[in-house]
Amino acid sequence: MLPGWLIVAASFAYLLLLFAVAHFGDRRADQGRSIIDNPWVYSLSLAVYCTAWTYFGSVGRAASGGLWFLPTYLGPTLGLALAWLVVLKMIRIARSQRITSIADFVASRYGKSHLLGGLVTLIAVVGIVPYIALQLKAISSGYALLVGEHDSLFRVSAQGGWWQDGTLYIALTLAAFTVLFGTRHLDTTERHEGMVAAIAFESVVKLLAFLAVGIYVTYWLYDGFGDLYARALAVPELNDLLVFDGGGKLGYGGWFAHVLLAMLSIIFLPRQFQIAVVENVNEQHLRRATWAFPAYLLAINLFVLPIAIGGLLHFGQGTVDPDTFVLTLPMAHENAALALFVFIGGLSAATGMVIVEAIALSTMVCNDLVMPMLLRSRRLHLARERDLTGLLLGIRRGAIVLLLLLGYLYFRLAGEAYALVSIGLISFAAVAQFAPAVLGGMYWRGGTREGALAGLLAGFGVWAYTLLLPSFAKSGWLDSSFLEHGLFGLGWLKPEQLFGLAGWDNISHALFWSMVANIGAYVLVSLARVPTGAEATQGAAFVDVLRRAQSRPASFWRSGAEVRELLPLVARFLGQHRTEEAFRAYARAHGLDDVARLKADPELVHFAESLLAGAIGSASARVMVSTVVQEEPLGLDEVMDILDEASQVRAYSHQLEEKSRALEAATAELRAANEQLKELDRLKDDFMSSVTHELRTPLTSIRAFSEMMLEDPQIALEDRQRFLGIIVSETVRLTRLVNQVLDMAKIESGHAEWHNTDIDLCELVRHSVEATQQLFRDRAAVVQLHLPPSMPTLRADHDRLLQVMLNLLSNAAKFVPVGSGRVDVSLRCERDAGGARARVDVKDNGPGIDPAQQPVVFQKFRQGGDERSRPQGTGLGLPISRQIIEHFGGRLWLRSAPGDGATFSFELPLTSAPAE
Amino acid sequence: MRKGLAGQRLVAVFIAGLLLLNYPILSLFDRPLSLFGLPLLHVYLFVVWLALIVAAAWIVERGAR
Repeated sequence: MLPGWLIVAASFAYLLLLFAVAHFGDRRADQGRSIIDNPWVYSLSLAVYCTAWTYFGSVGRAASGGLWFLPTYLGPTLGLALAWLVVLKMIRIARSQRITSIADFVASRYGKSHLLGGLVTLIAVVGIVPYIALQLKAISSGYALLVGEHDSLFRVSAQGGWWQDGTLYIALTLAAFTVLFGTRHLDTTERHEGMVAAIAFESVVKLLAFLAVGIYVTYWLYDGFGDLYARALAVPELNDLLVFDGGGKLGYGGWFAHVLLAMLSIIFLPRQFQIAVVENVNEQHLRRATWAFPAYLLAINLFVLPIAIGGLLHFGQGTVDPDTFVLTLPMAHENAALALFVFIGGLSAATGMVIVEAIALSTMVCNDLVMPMLLRSRRLHLARERDLTGLLLGIRRGAIVLLLLLGYLYFRLAGEAYALVSIGLISFAAVAQFAPAVLGGMYWRGGTREGALAGLLAGFGVWAYTLLLPSFAKSGWLDSSFLEHGLFGLGWLKPEQLFGLAGWDNISHALFWSMVANIGAYVLVSLARVPTGAEATQGAAFVDVLRRAQSRPASFWRSGAEVRELLPLVARFLGQHRTEEAFRAYARAHGLDDVARLKADPELVHFAESLLAGAIGSASARVMVSTVVQEEPLGLDEVMDILDEASQVRAYSHQLEEKSRALEAATAELRAANEQLKELDRLKDDFMSSVTHELRTPLTSIRAFSEMMLEDPQIALEDRQRFLGIIVSETVRLTRLVNQVLDMAKIESGHAEWHNTDIDLCELVRHSVEATQQLFRDRAAVVQLHLPPSMPTLRADHDRLLQVMLNLLSNAAKFVPVGSGRVDVSLRCERDAGGARARVDVKDNGPGIDPAQQPVVFQKFRQGGDERSRPQGTGLGLPISRQIIEHFGGRLWLRSAPGDGATFSFELPLTSAPAE
Repeated sequence: MRKGLAGQRLVAVFIAGLLLLNYPILSLFDRPLSLFGLPLLHVYLFVVWLALIVAAAWIVERGAR
């Protein structure tokens, strides 16, 4: 339909554009103005998840199973919700340990083990190579469709020899592209800014292309969603697509398994780990990705069902392969431009996946498969002085080319076979095997190297037996008898119905058994022994990475190294220039101006090791460093001794802290008690001086008059009478004072005697007013009584209460103005939530009491008013009254405004409520 | 503190998503009904999906300020 040269030219133009984007990204990164330091770019680059399998395959899946294309995208939505917890931790770990691939992650966690890194790499390669093949197939069949190498049902005609096969050239082109971007130079962090920028760009292109064809089908060829669904309803065969499980094969358990699988693969697919963890520039970008990436997935899936329905309506079922609908629908309507755009979109999806996956896998192959082997061979050690950067880059480039050629080989072998078309989910299930070792390693300190190894082996084994081999058998490469009758004819070994577990789809079945085997072996074998020193160190570093601030790693090494040995070692792998730069930066950070002055302490050794780890993997770095550093690893016993000692010291200091806290509390109590004592002492002194002062005044006057009479016998009888009168009244005052002081002391010390009887308060108030009648009459004051008709009786000491009343009344009598005095005495019964109370108010129209003076009047020997107007009195009446009222559970208070009289009130609780 | 809260909210979104997008709640919407001419189940899945995305966006963008 389109000339081949046009398509090839367009494709190359597109790849060149990618190249330009990537180059721009790299240049900006070198200038320090990164374009990928942006949460949107990070979110878009995560969309490398959407491969050609999404781009073409989703429609195919929707055409056969309706909604079943969705779990692959719902899973990531859920997984990303947890990313802020899980992926953030991974990023921190990767940063602190210089981890550059998922194989390195596992190897590093379990004591920097070569074996584990190699195994993870192997599983990843086995699981991913067919997936790469699928991408190649998508590009090649898309190309073949476009140029018109197909029959009327858009079936691509037979391929020629391999030298004529465009797919090979596609694979080689992609390999070249990947080599250019992935392995331009060695970097300690293994970041590829330009590549990430190109991937983000590709994500935009594939989304736009897919949306374009979706809108074209939905709104151009048909009349919107409603129209398409209405037409589908009218065709009975299409009704299955509109309900949950029209095919009736998978069920809700299968749905859940698919969601779970997709959720795991968003983290554990090597390319996702590469983009999400290794290429992450700023962990805050994860926030935006939490919703922006799922939103991208939602957008790219919006038109999947309409395209599927549109294709089925147009071509009919069982004719054109639904996987090609996105291309064949525009082609069938002679829309060549759109078809080309869609092809470019598909090319984006496929190349993005291939590039990232190849880079991630090549890093793994180089660091975790090839390097360990080279390190073991003797020749490398002999050639000490050689610069190895070239070798490293060579290995990676070779690995990339090899991976793509392997993908091509698989594509040639598999062709249209089942093993290729079903590989998407099978790949997911393979990488899901990393989950127990990685997640377990991040949250559980107890995992051991053997445990991880056993878990991975068991899970991988079950996966291969229940998914991979059956897919081979279904492709006709293996005798399929073991599928139907089980291995060796044993029915319980049927790969798709292991142990007789029937009725599940193959993916859920394999996921269940492989996870049981994987997790079971991981946990059980891990529990067989205590982690070694190295495992425990790494375990703590991984599990507690969020809790530890940027602290130095604990070093369980006693090293004897020299800087002049370390630096050349690192330089062999990183290149002289970069290494010197890194060491200089390290020296500057430690306040030294020259690299030569650095001390080769454990921290520097660790620094060198982490530099190397970025380039050759943590396990190999460990080995390399140990060749120049005469490290004696502390034995487990020694480490345990250190730990024991440390924990004892901690326990001891904890006890000390407890004790000092207790001492502080005791001191505070003592201080408070001391303060109280001092206060009491001061009060006693005040009291004593007040009492003596009050005693001295009457005594002085008594003495003065007595002496006058004694010394001068000539005094007139009249004067003598007057003097004696004064002496008598002063003696009465003295007696009263002494009585009151005694009274006060008795009440305060609790030795007072109380004679409680039932008291009628009305009677008591009336009696008190009558008793003070004379005082008021002297000042020509009026006393008004306001008494209720009846009051419940009160149990208290009659004489004491009378004393209070008399005190209040005599105070009032003292302060009312002569002639116009008026005193109101009222008694009433009050009731509220606190119970019933009797209340007495004594209100006068005297000068009132200044607010500042109000609290003072209740203190001993402190009388209100200024010196001039101070009336006769001891200053003990009110304090004693208050003591009495408080003794009976009531309270006595004062309310007054200057110039407006004063009201003294008290209330007493009525012990029993009066009858209603 | 704030960060911890956002994390817990995202876990809640995850649990809600796991519940709403799986059996048995999913099966409640597998009925031959249509909404605006679209099958109920399809509308339900996409609406729940969108709701989860909006919830996550609200949580993380709020915390970022």
